[in-house]
Amino acid sequence: MNITSAQYQNDALTGAANAQIVATIDDATLTVPLDPANRHYAEILRQVEAGELTIADAD
Amino acid sequence: MTKARDIASATTPNANAALLATFPHRNLIINGACVIDQRNSGSSVTPADTNYTVDRWRYTASQASKFTFQQNAGSVTPPAGFENYMGFTVASAVTVGSGDYFAITQRIEGYNVNQLEFGTSNAKTVTLSFWVRSSLTGTFGGTLRGASFGRSYPFTYAISSANTWEYKTVTVAGDTSGTYQSGNTTGLEVIFGLGVGSTNSGTAGAWTASGHFSATGAVSVVGTGSATWYITGVQLEVGDTATPFEHRSYGDELARCRRYYQGETRQFLFYYNPSASLVNVNYQEEMRAAPTVTFTTSNGSPSAGNIGTNNCYFLITAAASGYYADYTLSAEL
Repeated sequence: MNITSAQYQNDALTGAANAQIVATIDDATLTVPLDPANRHYAEILRQVEAGELTIADAD
Repeated sequence: MTKARDIASATTPNANAALLATFPHRNLIINGACVIDQRNSGSSVTPADTNYTVDRWRYTASQASKFTFQQNAGSVTPPAGFENYMGFTVASAVTVGSGDYFAITQRIEGYNVNQLEFGTSNAKTVTLSFWVRSSLTGTFGGTLRGASFGRSYPFTYAISSANTWEYKTVTVAGDTSGTYQSGNTTGLEVIFGLGVGSTNSGTAGAWTASGHFSATGAVSVVGTGSATWYITGVQLEVGDTATPFEHRSYGDELARCRRYYQGETRQFLFYYNPSASLVNVNYQEEMRAAPTVTFTTSNGSPSAGNIGTNNCYFLITAAASGYYADYTLSAEL
């Protein structure tokens, strides 16, 4: 799983902060929910923990 | 006479197996006959590490672009009773290093293997059966792996004739050690090695406290250019006897797959207003976890929100005319 970017995204309707992550994984743009059982989110967390990835703040 | 009484009175293993074969829901594997291919629809692909091939079957590799994959690759006649198979072809041969691995796996959700009671003294014996065909011959390998990928049972199977379908069975005494996951994460994984180095290989025939991919000394498919390895009819069931493959209806198999992946290629109609449209998206099946949403094609700038296991919303803006979005939902293990 090649993750080249990750950025928090606020909820477009409610404005709730950091509701999900938009990431580029294997050259595709994915919207990743903050569910620890989601394999993409788990891998993002693993790479952040390993210092291999930074999640950018929401716009 | 009831089936239970029939089984109790059966006097031979074959008689017992014949009766067991009439029981539904024996197979813990989903899409064991490789019928459902939502992602690729039968097209040939070069899978990357952790990519899924036909539904529920996950490819993993330490080096890129060494295999191509296609449902029914090579268009050979499947074993009797089957219409489909998974086909791997070596695109670029490589001699595996000690840390290399190439494998195809199915991760089984904990909810579906709790009955096995792995990690306890009551752990049940299971039997894996499958049809396999390769351009190579020799002793091939795989494992059952669990306990958060920390324990494995390497096994071997022999292919004696090249380019010929052969039926294999592997019986494994349940693991009485380790802590196996019981919820919606991986409870048990079935792995077939396609070329695995020594670091990720173990001695066949015993549980070990390592998450191996294959058995020591197994044939490395990836080591031979243009080699092929095909498989279908994969079944994992409780007991020490392989029963005939449990064929499920297409609809039943598709519904099971949709707990993990849903690919929507239909156009999605949005409520229209001049600047943006919003729609609630109800999934076709409750998903294992909140899924990753990927928009494949659309005519605007779609985004998803409030992503749960049953539904989410789509907001699409800046469409030139009308609104639509094709998308996938992935809650794979």
